[in-house]
Amino acid sequence: MGRIDRIAEPWGTRTPYGRGEPWPARVDTMLDDGLVPDDVDRWVQSATILHSNGDGLDIAVKDDRIVGVRGRVQDRVNHGRLGPKDLYGWQANHSPDRLTRPLVRKDGELVEASWDEAMGRVVGRAQELLAEQGPSALGFYTSGQLFLEEYYTLGVVAHGGIGTNHVDGNTRLCTATAAAALKESFGCDGQPGSYTDVDHAEVIALFGHNMAETQSVLWARILDRLAGPNPPAVVCVDPRETPVARAATVHLAPRPGTNVALMNGLLHEIVVAHDWVDHDYVGRHTVGYEELAERLKDFPVERAAEICDVPADDLREAARLIGTTDHLLSTVLQGFYQSHQATAAAVQVNNVHLLRGMLGRPGCGVLQMNGQPTAENTRECGADGDLAGFRNWSNDAHVADLARVWNLDPMQIPHYSPPTHAMQMFRYAEDGSLRLLWVQATNPAVSLPELGRIRSILAQERLFLVVQDVFLTETAQLADVVLPAATWGEKTGTFTNVDRTVHLSEKAVDPPGEARADLDIFVDFAHRMGLQDKDGAPLVRWHDPESAFEAWKECSRGRPCDYTGLTYDRLRGGSGIQWPCTEEHPDGTERLYADGKFFAAPDYCESYGRDLVTGAPLEPTEYAAMNPEGRGVLKFAEYLVPHETPSEEFPLQLVTGRTLYHFHTRTKTGRVPQLQAAAPDVWVEVSAHDAAALGLEEGDLTEVSTPRGAVRAKVRVGGIRPGVVFLPFHYGYWDTDGGHAPDGTARAANELTLTDWDPCSKQPIFKTAAAAVRKVAPGGGVPAPAPTTTGSAPVTAGVPATVGGRAAEVDEDLTTEPPGRRR
Amino acid sequence: MRIGLALAELHRAENDLAQELLRVSERHRVDHETYHVARDVAAWSQRHVREVAEIGRRYGQDLDPEPEHESSLGRGLRDRASTLLGREGPAELLMLRDLRGVFTRASGVSVDWEMLAQAAQGVKHAELLALASRCHADTLRQVRWANARIKESSTQILVS
Repeated sequence: MGRIDRIAEPWGTRTPYGRGEPWPARVDTMLDDGLVPDDVDRWVQSATILHSNGDGLDIAVKDDRIVGVRGRVQDRVNHGRLGPKDLYGWQANHSPDRLTRPLVRKDGELVEASWDEAMGRVVGRAQELLAEQGPSALGFYTSGQLFLEEYYTLGVVAHGGIGTNHVDGNTRLCTATAAAALKESFGCDGQPGSYTDVDHAEVIALFGHNMAETQSVLWARILDRLAGPNPPAVVCVDPRETPVARAATVHLAPRPGTNVALMNGLLHEIVVAHDWVDHDYVGRHTVGYEELAERLKDFPVERAAEICDVPADDLREAARLIGTTDHLLSTVLQGFYQSHQATAAAVQVNNVHLLRGMLGRPGCGVLQMNGQPTAENTRECGADGDLAGFRNWSNDAHVADLARVWNLDPMQIPHYSPPTHAMQMFRYAEDGSLRLLWVQATNPAVSLPELGRIRSILAQERLFLVVQDVFLTETAQLADVVLPAATWGEKTGTFTNVDRTVHLSEKAVDPPGEARADLDIFVDFAHRMGLQDKDGAPLVRWHDPESAFEAWKECSRGRPCDYTGLTYDRLRGGSGIQWPCTEEHPDGTERLYADGKFFAAPDYCESYGRDLVTGAPLEPTEYAAMNPEGRGVLKFAEYLVPHETPSEEFPLQLVTGRTLYHFHTRTKTGRVPQLQAAAPDVWVEVSAHDAAALGLEEGDLTEVSTPRGAVRAKVRVGGIRPGVVFLPFHYGYWDTDGGHAPDGTARAANELTLTDWDPCSKQPIFKTAAAAVRKVAPGGGVPAPAPTTTGSAPVTAGVPATVGGRAAEVDEDLTTEPPGRRR
Repeated sequence: MRIGLALAELHRAENDLAQELLRVSERHRVDHETYHVARDVAAWSQRHVREVAEIGRRYGQDLDPEPEHESSLGRGLRDRASTLLGREGPAELLMLRDLRGVFTRASGVSVDWEMLAQAAQGVKHAELLALASRCHADTLRQVRWANARIKESSTQILVS
């Protein structure tokens, strides 16, 4: 048992292992100061909630208070490890400024109210609008942080009960492109790969994915492979010098907005120049090869090199690694998803795996990632607007089947057009046709692009804004009604991580004050609204998490995300289990698409696909003609110049992103002492080249501007690509004098981002804005408030290293047997 | 042989379509998807103008390979006007009308390409046929885009 400062060493102690061996265990434990495990009254099973990795953990409870966490050694995902946000983040539950009573706006002020009064106002306004305009007046904007049971209930209430098409989650900002790319290539959402592919891969390619900071325990798994015998080669595509880039065999740092050109260059090497194609696999399991091969001829590696400004030899070497290995794992995240041509670029990664037949076998997988812990459930339960259970909104038989499950007339379920995505909902709120917006566990007043516009939409008198959250966020401050919610550790439910692992998270303690579980709020709303099925029985027939889970299981039956083999009891005690989990596969399914079988048959698929440039959905007949046997779909994408390019006035390119120590808009992590101290305020990363040209030194105060506005931030001179600047998006105004908006100088990165999204996935573009940087004041030798341990590492000598000190010390136990060797 | 005339007609029609897409884009700057995608697909028509002008020389046509430019002064004014007016209901109705216009105009261009492809087969001109097939595919995507935007938007605009 050792002690280690996990702020200073985010990935902990190495436990090296070789290819094909089990990943060793390492149990991480963090307890309140002075406590030892024997002091804990009970350990309550759960999983991590501040990222999407889904690491199993137990919550330590003493005197009915959460006092710490310990990684679950028996869990397949983490083998006992936890990341920094998990080790310290639970303390946010105890914050003195938790919302404990509902609030309603009276004479312009938010004042405390009873649940009856608050819900009465919501229901009253909803019924008024339904009578006056109908369901098109109501919208729901949810999260990637609620539980499965809550999303499913929300979907039933909104789609089935209210009958509105306006339902989406903030997953639109983090994972919409993952879902869209999977639908394009495989006809359906559903993660092909498994985290265990890390154990078997010979080459791991990370496309726009700073895994070291977004899924730190999965990155620890890769670091352990890199430290062991026969380590994998790593290919990294990222304009920043992230920890992944520093560990990479080949690092490609393209110009922002050129991912499709880069992928086409790599594919040209694989298909046209060297024919590293598995023709047998392609011939039996795919459609679209001829057109892809033909169109790629126009994209030799030199052309990609010129567009992306990346050395052609580096592209060739990356293509050789990807194109000649027998065991390739690829992962994709925001560098692709939040950039120009998001879906088109992510689909090209799927193409690599289809072309090389690298799916469904150990070490051969794609992980189209997501950012939030429960984003996968938002997708599968239909809280992202899609129909529950990956049903196809443009397939009448699927709509009828869902109507059967819900006992409704199919006409009641809106399916006349694609679901309204978040950015379009805000547009409808802007034009005045969406008049009640109910926001849950997310903070659009900081996280959406072009904040000046978003604030003006949310602040409109004519918009009735309901916010359901744990804290009085920037968005909640603009609300008409605020509903105090319970959070992780205070309620029971399940959630599913990136590689389809389902975990049960049990209630450890009561929520503070009158705060209620989101599930209870939705069920209460359904009853108060009198929502009924077609026989006049209550539409929502469940009353607690387990009965909601049972209802969802029936909805998922026979669909790709089949949960029917799972129960709460089966999820208790051991490891999380991967869906599909059925009677025939009671232990779940490690990898999808073994033997080249896809969920893509025209009568089964979730989506017929879209045009990658225009986003226009394909008609059922077009899809059936293109892919009658339900094969994998190879889709070429033409490269388009980004919509906003640098100019004389704005000569740089701005990318926004995240840091290891914070989550979303810091609603929780900003209230955790160790995490807040590690990254206390906004900074801007500039390359040494640009710093010299602009006369900037480490720590200088600058103004970063785009055509939308300006923010002030101290400079970190770092390893970013020249011509590109980076701002973390976490920092809003709740802990400043401004409250919900800037008071004088702004600091939220999204003041600067542009309103534009990928037409296919509808994911907003946060990584291609034209920007300018100018010096405001010298730093006087004080460095920027940016971590030194991460992608924001300084190039300037003498910047003190980020440490957490005694308060950040964590126990590490390296002596436990790994899960594979137990039982 | 009237292929030259057909090419001249296509040259005019593609120029008109590009101009119309750019105008629709400007008029609906506050509807961001319409704004950006209309510009992206206008570029396809501008490329067609160049390609038609080039192959037109073989059929005795002297067509300008440069697509007609949008007026940048007008664009700025229309951008600002559409931003100011974009919060009112009528702007949304106007967008439906404009998208309907794109749909019908692009459908006309689609028919023009079809006729040209038939002629190319008649004279066994492989290059002309390849051009017609390639460009016609783009035009169909423009048609489908306008149709999809109308389908997506009309419920909200018409019932609220």
